[in-house]
Amino acid sequence: MRNKIIPAFLLALFLSACGGEPPPPSYGANPELPEPERGLLPSMVISMPAEWGDQKPTVPQGYSVEMIADDLSVPRQTLVLPNGDILVAEGSGGSAPVMRPKDMIANYVKKQGKTDRPGGNRLTLLRDADGDGRYELKTTFAENVNAPYGMALIGDSLYVANQDAVVRFEYQDGQTRASGPPEKIVDLPSVYNHHWTKAMAASVDGRYLYVGIGSNSNITERGMEVEEDRAMVWQIDPQTRMHRRYATGLRNPSALAVDPDTNQLWVAVNERDEIGDNLVPDYLTAVRDGGFYGWPYSYWGRNVDERAQPQRPDLVERAITPDYSLGAHVAALGLAFSTPAMGERFAEGVFVGEHGSWNRKVPVGFKVVFVPFRNGRPTGAAPVDFVTGFLNEGGDARGRPVGVSVDPRGALIVADDLANVIWRVTPTDRAAQ
Amino acid sequence: MADFNDRYSRLAIHPLHAVLLAFPLPLFLSALVADMAYRSTYLIQWLNFAQWLIAGALLMGAFVLVWALVELVRSRELRTVWHMIYFLSLLAMWILGFINALEHAKDAYATMPGGMWLSLIVTLLALVATWVGYSGLREEVR
Repeated sequence: MRNKIIPAFLLALFLSACGGEPPPPSYGANPELPEPERGLLPSMVISMPAEWGDQKPTVPQGYSVEMIADDLSVPRQTLVLPNGDILVAEGSGGSAPVMRPKDMIANYVKKQGKTDRPGGNRLTLLRDADGDGRYELKTTFAENVNAPYGMALIGDSLYVANQDAVVRFEYQDGQTRASGPPEKIVDLPSVYNHHWTKAMAASVDGRYLYVGIGSNSNITERGMEVEEDRAMVWQIDPQTRMHRRYATGLRNPSALAVDPDTNQLWVAVNERDEIGDNLVPDYLTAVRDGGFYGWPYSYWGRNVDERAQPQRPDLVERAITPDYSLGAHVAALGLAFSTPAMGERFAEGVFVGEHGSWNRKVPVGFKVVFVPFRNGRPTGAAPVDFVTGFLNEGGDARGRPVGVSVDPRGALIVADDLANVIWRVTPTDRAAQ
Repeated sequence: MADFNDRYSRLAIHPLHAVLLAFPLPLFLSALVADMAYRSTYLIQWLNFAQWLIAGALLMGAFVLVWALVELVRSRELRTVWHMIYFLSLLAMWILGFINALEHAKDAYATMPGGMWLSLIVTLLALVATWVGYSGLREEVR
C-alpha cells in the first residue's frame, strides 16, 4: 500500500494543474467572469515556433494577403506615413532581474515561444514606389534606438516611444533615412520594464501624445515600490514637454489608438494572469480622462483581486468597468481604426492584433480580429476573425501578430514578431465596390 | 538491559551526512519566519527570501534524502524502526517542501496563508528528521 501512495499523490498534483477544457472566452460588454482559480501550477501551453514555408495567413473571402518584408529583427509596431511608406519598429526590451526561482523557470518557458533573434533596436522603412503592392525598398531609417514601439507623426515631427523615453526625429515627406540622432522629449518610466512596450498615439489635432506604460509585474509580485508611475497612460504635450497621468489602473495598455472621427482615445489592455483560463478578460475601452481601471486591486470594474495587498477599497470603489472584452489571455498588442477603403464589412470598427496566450489550456489569440463599431462605440457583436492561420494544425505557431496599422488607401499592415515579417491584407474586389 | 548496552551502541551519522542534514531545518524555519513577516507587512522581499530559502532547503534536503535511502537499504539486519522514521520524515519533508515551493511560486498574496501553513508543517518534519538523524542511526554489535 505504501508504495502506491506516492504515485497517487503525484498524479493528484499533476491533475490539479490540468483538469478539463475551459469554456470558450466570452466577449463584449458583459463577459462571464468565473471564480478565480489556480492549481499548484498555472495553466501553461506554449505554442512552439514553426515555419510558414509557402503558406500564408488566412483572410476573409474578397481579401488577399502578401508578405511585404521579411528577415526583420522582432518587428512590433508599424506606422503608415502620408506618402504610403511604412515604418517598422523593431526591438525587444525589458531588464527585469530574477527575483525568485520562478522567474528563471518562467523566463525559460516563455522564451520557447519566441523568436531567437535579438531585437533590432531600429526603424526600418518599406516603400512601394510604383503602387503594385510589392515593397521593393527596405532600408534602415534609424538605428541604435532603444527598443522602439509606439510611433506617431505630427507635422514634420516623427515621435518614437522607446522603452525609456519619447524621442523626436525630423521627418520630411519622402525621407528614407533619419537626418541625425533623435532628440529626447520626455523620459519614460523604465526601471525593470517587466512590461517594456511603450504604445503611443497622437490626438487628432496633434496637440498631445498619449503613451501607455505597463505594470512592472503580473500582480504586484515585484512589490508596490516599482509600480510608481506604472500601469497607466500619460498625456504628453510635446511642445512644453510636460506630462500628466491621463488614466491609471490599466495593467498593460499595450496598444493605443485615437478615433479619427471623435478624437476619443482607445486602449487595448492586457489583463492579469494566473487566476484561471477565462480570467481576466483582455479588453478594449475608451479611455476616460482621470479614470481608474482597477489594476492591481480589482479587475473588470470592482471584482477584487485578493493577491494585491494591502487592498485599497477607496480605489476599487471608483474602478471603471471597461467597454468591451476581447477574451482572456488573447494578448491584444495592436489596435487601429479602420477606414471605408477596407471594404464595407470592415469599414467601421477597429482591428486588434492578438499575440496569443500562454496561460491557457487551449490557446487563444494568434490572430487579428475586427471589432465592429457604430457611432464611435463597439456594437457589442463578437469580434470577427480577419487574419488567422498563425497556429498550424499541430498547434505550433508559424507567426504571432503584434502591431496593426491601416493604410488609408485600403490595406491592413500586420507585424509578425515570430516569423519576423510584415503582412499586408488588401481587399481584392475593390473595383466592384 | 545492561547486556543490551554492552552489545549495541549507536554511531553518529557520517560527518558529511551530518553537514547536509544541518541545512533543511534552519532554512525551512527561516522561510516560515519570512512568511510570517510577509503576512504582517506585505513587503514582497520577505516572500522572495522565503522562496530562495525553500529552494535551498530542497537542494540540500535532496542529498540528505538520497543518503538516508542508501543507509536504509544498506542497514539490512541492523535496520531499526528509526531508519524508517528518519527516511519517511525526510521524504514527507521533501515532498511537502516541493509543494510549498510551488505554492510560493504563486504571485504576491496568492501564496498566503497556505504557504505559511506549509512552511510550518515542513519545519516540523525537518525537526523530526534532524532529531532522529542526530540521535544516531548506525548500530554496531560489539
